Amino acid sequence: MLIGMVPFGILAGTTPISAGMARWVPFGFSSIMFAGAAQLAAIDALASGHGAAVAIATALAINLRMVLYSASLAPLMAPLPLRRRLPAAYLLTDEAYAVTIVRPTTTDDVVENAERRWSYYMGAAFLLWSVWQLSTAAGVVLGQVVDKGTPIDFAIPLIFLVLLIPNLHTQPSWVAAAAGGLGAVLANQWGWSRLAILVGGAVGIVAGCIAEVLRPSDPGPDVMDGLP
Amino acid sequence: MNRAAFITIVVSGPITLALRSSFLVFAHRMVDMPQWAQRVLRQIPPAVLAALVLPAFVQPEGHLDLWQPRLAAGVVAAVVAFWKRSPALTLISGLVAVLAIDWLTR
Repeated sequence: MLIGMVPFGILAGTTPISAGMARWVPFGFSSIMFAGAAQLAAIDALASGHGAAVAIATALAINLRMVLYSASLAPLMAPLPLRRRLPAAYLLTDEAYAVTIVRPTTTDDVVENAERRWSYYMGAAFLLWSVWQLSTAAGVVLGQVVDKGTPIDFAIPLIFLVLLIPNLHTQPSWVAAAAGGLGAVLANQWGWSRLAILVGGAVGIVAGCIAEVLRPSDPGPDVMDGLP
Repeated sequence: MNRAAFITIVVSGPITLALRSSFLVFAHRMVDMPQWAQRVLRQIPPAVLAALVLPAFVQPEGHLDLWQPRLAAGVVAAVVAFWKRSPALTLISGLVAVLAIDWLTR
């Protein structure tokens, strides 16, 4: 899992540099936002000349799933004080969620082991955070030497492809993806390129919900596999 | 572009923290998220990721164009991603394919 993050982190460092942004940009994204997919999508939007509003909307659309993880972890951490829960929230990522939630729990267990679970979570989450920052730094250095003619911007959709595939675990998720992709393509075709990702996302969400309602089967794991 | 990046970071950074904090920090005693909300949130990853991927493969210049290296390279990368599930392998195969096809078709 840690090694899998490295190419994403390197890209998060390299792509802003090769798009002509200053060196503080990737460091700012990785430390303040600390969200791989959203970071890359925001950089992609900025690099293709869209303004901050489009980049912000895209990043937040991708990060909305954090609410789901937050709700899912909250009962496990409820007995702990705020000074413990706040750093846990900052470090919340797909991976940190995934490694913490897999351990089954009972009600007694929650109260007794909250402290130990917090330590376990924080250990894993901090390790993930450190790998992310270091690979961003490596990417920034690499960005200086990458030739401007290299199609490095194409690496971003490839990374999203890697993230998309493990998310296609149910029929509704396929419907959501198909509708999302087509919606974005159509929005671009109609000249709404600024809104393409949001339009596609909205169309895909609606289609996926309809598919789930029509076919209420196993929703599958609700963790997005891949990266922060 | 740096100015837009700065605005993006200072706005979406704290909002991202707020999303992460939502239940963990503010509503930690209230944890029953309604079923419909969970359903909506579940669709976000496949819908948004596909919306990011497909246009990059079929509309690299902003309009539909199926006769260019990025679609072919995207198909190669998708096959590799399905087969190996490895970020590094997918990335390398996609980038090598786009460079190779671009070079060959010149």
